[in-house]
Amino acid sequence: MLGLNKKDTLLFWIVAGMALLAPFLLNPFPEGSSLAQMFNAGYPDLMQRFVIFGILVIGFNILFGLTGYLSFGHAAFLGIGSYSAVWMFKLVGMNVIPAILLAMIVSGIFALLIGYVSLRRSGIYFSILTLAIAQMCYNMAYSVLGNPASNFNLTNGETGLQLSLDDARVLGESVTADGALPVTNFFGLAMRSSYQMDVGGWLFTFNVGYYLSAIIMLISFYVSIRIFRSPFGMMLRAVKSNQQRMNYTGLNTRPYILAAFVISGIYAGLAGGLLSSMDPLAGAERMHWTASGEIVIMAILGGVGTLIGPVLGAGFNEYFKNILSKINDQVLHDWLAFMPDGIENAMVGFLHYFVGKGWHLTLGIMFMLVIIFLPGGLVEGGQRIANKFGRKKNSDETKQTPAE
Amino acid sequence: MDAIILQILNGLDKGSAYALIALGLTLIFGTLGVVNFAHGALFMIGAFCAVTLKKLLTLSYFVEDPTKTDFLGKPLKVATPYVQSWFGESAGAAMIDWAVPLAILFSIPVMIGIGFIMERGLIKHFYKRPHADQILVTFGLAIVLQELIKTFYGANPIPTPAPEVFRGSFDFGVMLGFDPNAIIYPYWRMVYFAFSAVIIGAVFAFLQFTTFGMVVRAGMADRETVGLLGINIDKRFTIMFGIAAAVAGMAGVMYAPINSPNYHMGMDFLVLSFVVVVVGGMGSLPGAVLAGFMLGILEAFASMNQIKAIIPGIDQIIIYLVAIIIILTRPRGLMGKKGVMEE
Amino acid sequence: MSTSNFTRRGVLKSGAIAGAGVALPTIFTASSAAAYMNEPTGSTVTFGFNVPQTGAYADEGADELRAYELAVEHLNGGGDAGMMNTFSSKALKGNGILGKKVEFVTGDTQTKSDAARASAKSMIEKDGAVMITGGSSSGVAIAVQGLCQEAGVIFMAGLTHSNDTTGKDKKANGFRHFFNGYMSAAALAPVLKNLYGTDRNAYHLTADYTWGWTQEESIAAATEAMGWNTVNKVRTPLASTDFSSYIAPVLNSGADVLVLNHYGGNMVNSLTNAVQFGLRDKVVNGKNFEIVVPLYSRLMAKGAGENVKGIHGSTNWHWSLTDEGSKAFVKSFGEKYGFPPSQAAHTVYCQTMLYADAAERAGTFNPCGIAEALEGFEFDGLGNGPTLYRADDHQCFKDVLVVRGKENPTSEFDLLEVVEVTPRGQVEYAPDHPMFAGGNLGTCNAG
Repeated sequence: MLGLNKKDTLLFWIVAGMALLAPFLLNPFPEGSSLAQMFNAGYPDLMQRFVIFGILVIGFNILFGLTGYLSFGHAAFLGIGSYSAVWMFKLVGMNVIPAILLAMIVSGIFALLIGYVSLRRSGIYFSILTLAIAQMCYNMAYSVLGNPASNFNLTNGETGLQLSLDDARVLGESVTADGALPVTNFFGLAMRSSYQMDVGGWLFTFNVGYYLSAIIMLISFYVSIRIFRSPFGMMLRAVKSNQQRMNYTGLNTRPYILAAFVISGIYAGLAGGLLSSMDPLAGAERMHWTASGEIVIMAILGGVGTLIGPVLGAGFNEYFKNILSKINDQVLHDWLAFMPDGIENAMVGFLHYFVGKGWHLTLGIMFMLVIIFLPGGLVEGGQRIANKFGRKKNSDETKQTPAE
Repeated sequence: MDAIILQILNGLDKGSAYALIALGLTLIFGTLGVVNFAHGALFMIGAFCAVTLKKLLTLSYFVEDPTKTDFLGKPLKVATPYVQSWFGESAGAAMIDWAVPLAILFSIPVMIGIGFIMERGLIKHFYKRPHADQILVTFGLAIVLQELIKTFYGANPIPTPAPEVFRGSFDFGVMLGFDPNAIIYPYWRMVYFAFSAVIIGAVFAFLQFTTFGMVVRAGMADRETVGLLGINIDKRFTIMFGIAAAVAGMAGVMYAPINSPNYHMGMDFLVLSFVVVVVGGMGSLPGAVLAGFMLGILEAFASMNQIKAIIPGIDQIIIYLVAIIIILTRPRGLMGKKGVMEE
Repeated sequence: MSTSNFTRRGVLKSGAIAGAGVALPTIFTASSAAAYMNEPTGSTVTFGFNVPQTGAYADEGADELRAYELAVEHLNGGGDAGMMNTFSSKALKGNGILGKKVEFVTGDTQTKSDAARASAKSMIEKDGAVMITGGSSSGVAIAVQGLCQEAGVIFMAGLTHSNDTTGKDKKANGFRHFFNGYMSAAALAPVLKNLYGTDRNAYHLTADYTWGWTQEESIAAATEAMGWNTVNKVRTPLASTDFSSYIAPVLNSGADVLVLNHYGGNMVNSLTNAVQFGLRDKVVNGKNFEIVVPLYSRLMAKGAGENVKGIHGSTNWHWSLTDEGSKAFVKSFGEKYGFPPSQAAHTVYCQTMLYADAAERAGTFNPCGIAEALEGFEFDGLGNGPTLYRADDHQCFKDVLVVRGKENPTSEFDLLEVVEVTPRGQVEYAPDHPMFAGGNLGTCNAG
């Protein structure tokens, strides 16, 4: 179908199915139960993050997974895309499509420039070049380019670029009739509007913004499969396995790598534009080196160079980040209420260090465990499970996990 | 002129911190071939060795003083450190005052121990894995270590002052013929500079003039051949990891009085020290030291008002800008070796 | 589809279903049946406590959380009721709010605008929070305030000191109890004049972000008005840890006062460095060199250790105050946790009480009703003397404390002493003051 082979078609439909049914899959527990408060993830903001970061990491994987070039400054493109989109909302109008397009174009241009410079070096020198450029972007966005008192306030510094009632918005209204800010929309369909379905004790939320992001994610995923299977993708893999040999054959590899770099920059810009479309505020922290590091972590967690790995890694990281940080002692007590009091208190006292303010610790431990025991990321974990249950067919990349 | 001399001093001081951390990083990279993102965390743990020793020395018993009240209006409990009651008031107070220098002795075994455990328990298993995996697992370890410290000590910085005699500052200007007060520099920062010079010198001398160092250098150049000669190079590399950890730890202990330690100070230094290592050239010890001092001095100059007036915000990006220029003009940094980490 | 309404949002949901397949394009979770966003329909009402739990301000966030838990306990009738006894409004009865038991959810802002908004969104979308509160930085407060305005819930700001929060970024759904840069300057200037005279040269070191800029502007304006000369204003990167290269030029600049517009870790390090460089022992122009830290907190003073001794600054509240409200709060907080509360803990406790009281008086949790009840509200007994929640910009006006680092602390909490309680009249300003101009409160949004 659509130029995909049978295996890839199956994979695509699995991802599509998970994405479209996410509101059901992510809300396994009935509303109001203590498990729901802890583990349910089917609310618009988090669902949007799953697919948007999925796009980001799919793009990163095209560069890192295929060519082996480890960019440590990829978050810069995410930030640049976010800022471009918010500027589009401020100056032109609240439709998300022009904003997303601008985000892709601007980050593509930046990727071309940064890639042209950084790709003159390889290995760790390339990584440090991208890191240095991204950190420069972050520092400038945080201070010099964000001073409200100057005439050149591109980023609004620490607070982040946000909409205000006196923006121009030439193709729309600056202020709605009742004095509020207009909302981002897709030809009139507001990103934040939702339809809620109540089934028994369960509550499922279908959010417009989520479905728009999910559809864009599926398109991105499809494009990424095509790139992986194309001669261009083959060429990139060849670069990864032995660039020197490629050069000896008289082939100039740099344009290919640059193309991959720009494509993955555009993916990151697209993700940034979508983030701003869902919530029109762009903060400089999006460009910080730890944010770039997180992209690398998500890619490796999922499984570098595999098709579905990036989506899994992004989902895993975002899920635990959001869920763990919101658990407090109160929630733990509710959850463990079935235990005898003494044991319950001891358990809460112990778990206390791993949730809420300790979520970094838990996430750090999880990262280490995955990397130590599953060198191929979650995809490898899935394969091992599949093999254990005797499925002879080597079903790499077609694994299904609940947390998308 | 006096302003320039002051900034050179500042630069040397910043540079010595960068150089010490970068030196340890390069040692680990050069010997074991591992990119250690947890190195900043070792620096941080070193600083917390000083905090811990100070805490231990000030462990106190409490006596209620009925003449004073605490914030709830109850009798105030006055704390007296045990060391003051054991060794007498003045000797005890002196021990607490000298907690930071004493912590050097305390930190060396602790840091070597941590280094051994890290290398044997975790990093050993990553020699054959891709660099990206090494970066990630050590990055995860760094997060875990700093969160553990945060669990015990909180997120707030903890003041750890230098001994009384080293507080205050020294008037350099008078020595050089300037007006009094023109160039004054804190004693402890001068101690820090001297200390790092000694450590850097010691590491180089150790590698240069001992048999052990010679074998290690040979191993850095060609691990396989040295192994074929029947030398247990792995064991020596483990010891080198311990030494690198101790260097980072001592750098941290001595840094504690300059800025109150907090749990994320390692991460603050980590990226900078990586830039330093790469600018110096992967695998080159003199390169790391040179780049450390160079970037420190440039950073100090970039924060001068006269320069900020010409290029606003230059102090925010100077290190990265210089790093980019150097890597683009010199393919392997200042003194890097060909073929190291270039794929 | 069943329509059993066991859950908090039961009514909203069934309303949405009745309203057919397409949702309304103006609100977060949709419905025409609910009167306002996240209307509590069960026997409980949920607050969202959004504080920094990781990062440099985690300890401050932890103290805020303690105060929130205390406030919720008091609202639900537990404990010794703390400042509810001294609060001038007697609407609260210790049976929850409007008969509903108060529950809460917590989140982590990480002191990042993005993360704080994501956390607040999840509280609104997932947990049905009707009010969001907390935070320890102005950038975060402004970002979350904007979100709450759009979402249609009330935001009760935590620790945020930038003029912009109730200046150019003010919002109809946002309220601030904490004081601001202008008030710090207005309170500090007369004290500094008495101490150091009118002929002084000030050198500013300013953290290079929103809050630093507005405080620098306020302090410079106030000190220049009393005759001081501003020698230089130098911006320092937020990420700096070593300030030596910024401190060194101060030595020969001819300045005799150093103003540190820094907060948190920046302030701890810049003050430590300044003292290391011997600035306090210097004599310039025949006068002793002085350092001023306009915004103080006890946690920062603890981090800077001995270096704070004798250094002046301002603070919103301090536990050593002896009015009835402060004493009641220190007592219930101290007995529960074993140490006195910080100013951040105090301000968030007050904010929770003020919100609860407003809801009780308004008879509803509707943000527009709450806003109406809070606007122009005069109260007393919460530790800062008679206080006004001004309608024009949703800023509280109250006494400001000028404090000094204590020379001989008796305990690890006893680090600051109150030098002067600057009366409210002295720190008031017109709503259209140029430092606060450019904003638009807008209209209240109920979702």
